[in-house]
Amino acid sequence: MTNQSKTDSKNSVDAVFQDRAILAEKRAAALKKRNKAEKRFQWAGRISIAFGIACVLFLFTDIISKGAGAFTQTYVEMEITFDQERLGLTPQSTEKEIKAASFGSFFKRQLREKYPEITGRKEKRELYALFTSDMPLILRDMVIADPSILGSTQSISMIADDDFDTYYKHSYGRDLAEEDKITRLSEMQEGIVDSLAKSGAVTKKFNTILFTNSDSREPELAGIKGAIVGSILTLLVTLVLSFPIAVATAIYLEEFAPKNKITDFIEVNINNLAAVPSVIFGLLGLAIFINFFGLPRSVPLVGGFVLTLMTLPTIIISSRAAIKAVPPSIREAALGMGASKMQTVLHHVLPLAMPGMLTGTIIGMAQALGETAPLLMIGMVAFIVDTPAGITDPATVLPVQIFLWSDSPERAFVEKTSAAIMVLLTFLICMNSFAVWLRKRLERRW
Amino acid sequence: MNLSTLLLIILAGSAVAYFLGYTRSQQIAKPIGGVRNLAALPTYYASMMSLWALIPALIVLFLWTVLDGSIITSLVKSSLPTEAKQLSDESLGLVMSQVYNVSQGIGSLDTLGQEYGPAVERLNSLSSLSAKAMPVLTILVLIIGAILGLRAVKPTNNARYAVEKVFNVMLFVCSSIAIFTTFGIVFSVLFESLNFFQKVPFFDFLLGTHWSPQIAIRADQAGASGSFGVIPLIVGTLLISFIALLIAVPVGLMSAIYLSEYASARVRGIVKPALEVLAGVPTVVYGFFAALTVAPAIRRYGDQLRDWGAENDISFLANLAVSSESALAAGLVMGVMIIPFVSSLSDDVINAVPQSLRDGSYGLGATQSETIKKVIFPAALPGVVGGVLLAASRAIGETMIVVMAAGLAANLTVNPLDAVTTVTVQIVTLLVGDQEFDSAKTLAAFALGLFLFVITLALNVIALKVVKKYREQYD
Repeated sequence: MTNQSKTDSKNSVDAVFQDRAILAEKRAAALKKRNKAEKRFQWAGRISIAFGIACVLFLFTDIISKGAGAFTQTYVEMEITFDQERLGLTPQSTEKEIKAASFGSFFKRQLREKYPEITGRKEKRELYALFTSDMPLILRDMVIADPSILGSTQSISMIADDDFDTYYKHSYGRDLAEEDKITRLSEMQEGIVDSLAKSGAVTKKFNTILFTNSDSREPELAGIKGAIVGSILTLLVTLVLSFPIAVATAIYLEEFAPKNKITDFIEVNINNLAAVPSVIFGLLGLAIFINFFGLPRSVPLVGGFVLTLMTLPTIIISSRAAIKAVPPSIREAALGMGASKMQTVLHHVLPLAMPGMLTGTIIGMAQALGETAPLLMIGMVAFIVDTPAGITDPATVLPVQIFLWSDSPERAFVEKTSAAIMVLLTFLICMNSFAVWLRKRLERRW
Repeated sequence: MNLSTLLLIILAGSAVAYFLGYTRSQQIAKPIGGVRNLAALPTYYASMMSLWALIPALIVLFLWTVLDGSIITSLVKSSLPTEAKQLSDESLGLVMSQVYNVSQGIGSLDTLGQEYGPAVERLNSLSSLSAKAMPVLTILVLIIGAILGLRAVKPTNNARYAVEKVFNVMLFVCSSIAIFTTFGIVFSVLFESLNFFQKVPFFDFLLGTHWSPQIAIRADQAGASGSFGVIPLIVGTLLISFIALLIAVPVGLMSAIYLSEYASARVRGIVKPALEVLAGVPTVVYGFFAALTVAPAIRRYGDQLRDWGAENDISFLANLAVSSESALAAGLVMGVMIIPFVSSLSDDVINAVPQSLRDGSYGLGATQSETIKKVIFPAALPGVVGGVLLAASRAIGETMIVVMAAGLAANLTVNPLDAVTTVTVQIVTLLVGDQEFDSAKTLAAFALGLFLFVITLALNVIALKVVKKYREQYD
């Protein structure tokens, strides 16, 4: 070996080392880049999750902050003298006479006497407008309930009008610039409210009206009782129909159905129905139940029918999963003991699958409770003041009530709508947590 | 007697029949040495008897309530005055409804005409006869059924077979309701749509670019013929759905990846249910949120941006116009709504990718994100695509958010800051309130319903096919 070649090989070894060093450097740089990419990717995931959770939180805080106010109502304590002469009534008057008496002008006169300095027609009207327009009727009902109060002076909590209520809750006693004030009251009205509040006559109480009244054009008198009762009736019809039908379907498909075209067709249909938009079920209800069978509009019965068809796929799918989860050994043991197929299913498989089926049913019911669109189609959007007494009375449901109120331009209705949403969400959260609890508690692991 | 009392009586009757069957089977068992010598258990004899009583009575009741009205009407028609019989079908129907009203005490015979007296009387007598005969006949059938059932309680007759057969038939009938529902949907939307297409040509509907579904009250009024071009609705629907998917797909997919690949079990246990809360919130709540919080906020920011643009002479910003019912607001909120939908579907497919693929990739030195991007995601892609298609079908069919936040203006535009309307919004607006059933306006809603049904069904079928095909690769 010559010197020359020695240096050559040495050089080439150096070159290799040099190459390796460069390569290592490159690799380190690349690794850094790759690790950075890894970090970026993880952060993208974290940000996505944070976005989702932020949406949940924002949605809830927005609705709670909007609706919390509706759970209190402003009242004004005021002395009212039930003057017998002015009303033309005596404690012996019959109910009919009391109903005929003019409580409207009586109430207005009482107010005028409290504020003798108010003289103009417009001002007077503004004064009356501070209280709910049903106030004379409420006074009348008090007299009907107890005619002996005639002639006495009673301290009465009068329901403030929604504009009064809004002003008192959101602007009164706060140092606000004129354009930040949330009010529709005139300056004179604000003056009256301020002086009433200073004298301690204005109180905020828990708003029982929200839960004891049904819908009304006046925000301060509107409540969700009718909607809640309507929802309960509709859900009852849905539950009574959908649970047995869904369970029977699930049993048939899992345990009895022969492998043939009809069975396949049923399965395909169920899976497709699960994905049909809910508004289509409303079209079905309108065309078949109302137009073809001539059932009445706006009633919980038809609403229940439509929601049954809509929730069936959900309940069937979860019931089938529950039946599938029962191990075959149970069936084989029962059959081995001489039970018939039907006995095996009804006595052994069904009880074991029941918790799963119930969970699915509750989730389906929660879905039905929140559903609005199909019920709009079958006319459950009517303005209904009475609380429905049966499944064939015109009714509305809670989500539809929310939809109706959200259309109202008055600010007080925004508050009421948010409150109704809070009630609806409370129901839904209860149902869903009950379903989760039931699944954890009763579902057996095999 | 009203229907619900009668139903209660029938149920009570079948309960009595159950009891009778039970005691009867005990009786016949005694002389032959106890229950074990019977062909079936006493409860089966009892069930058989109650079914014998229940089913025929229910059938009679059902047929009676369904046929009652039309039979009475046809009988009453025969006693109408001769000139009324020659009327066209429509005016005959009108006359009949007046006759019905008079017999119920709404309106008097004088206004209708004395010659209708016999018809009203006939109607009165027939309906009172029917009201009396129905409960009598039903209860009679119930009793006869129970007696027949009692005769069948014999030691050699295995009642279990009969009972199980009836149960089997009932199970089948229940499961065929799904088929009937599908048929009901198809027929209701199809027939009304066919009626609609007789009034409005099919291609005018499908290719028209103008939507203003009003019907003239007078023939000579301006804009007498409403136009029913569906293109603006489709564009509006697609625009809003596209915005929704633009939000939901990246967020849903990334959170599914993070939760299934990176997050610890504890984090997953908290975050997953929290995200699923979004799926449980009713759509009307999202609609309220979109209409009262998001849309005004977008408008406010848009106006601020416009003012800023005007100050700094940026012409395209200075001309920015944000509608108070922008497609953006509805789309954003709808996107939030379907995040959990996308994420749970993606979660399923990502978890279905076999662990061996991950291990192989890690063994070659890939980082976790490289494994996800280059191995897991391609493997899960068909499933993810299926999930996205399902999400799209949900976005297209979503109603309340768009009804409350997107408005009614049928603008043909792809500007997300403009107001657009969607197929579902129009269905709801056309059908809410009272409407006569044969106007083109009402029928248009059914045509839109048919369109919506076909589109969502197609998307679902494709999505399920894609998902299924993918599953076959690894199983």
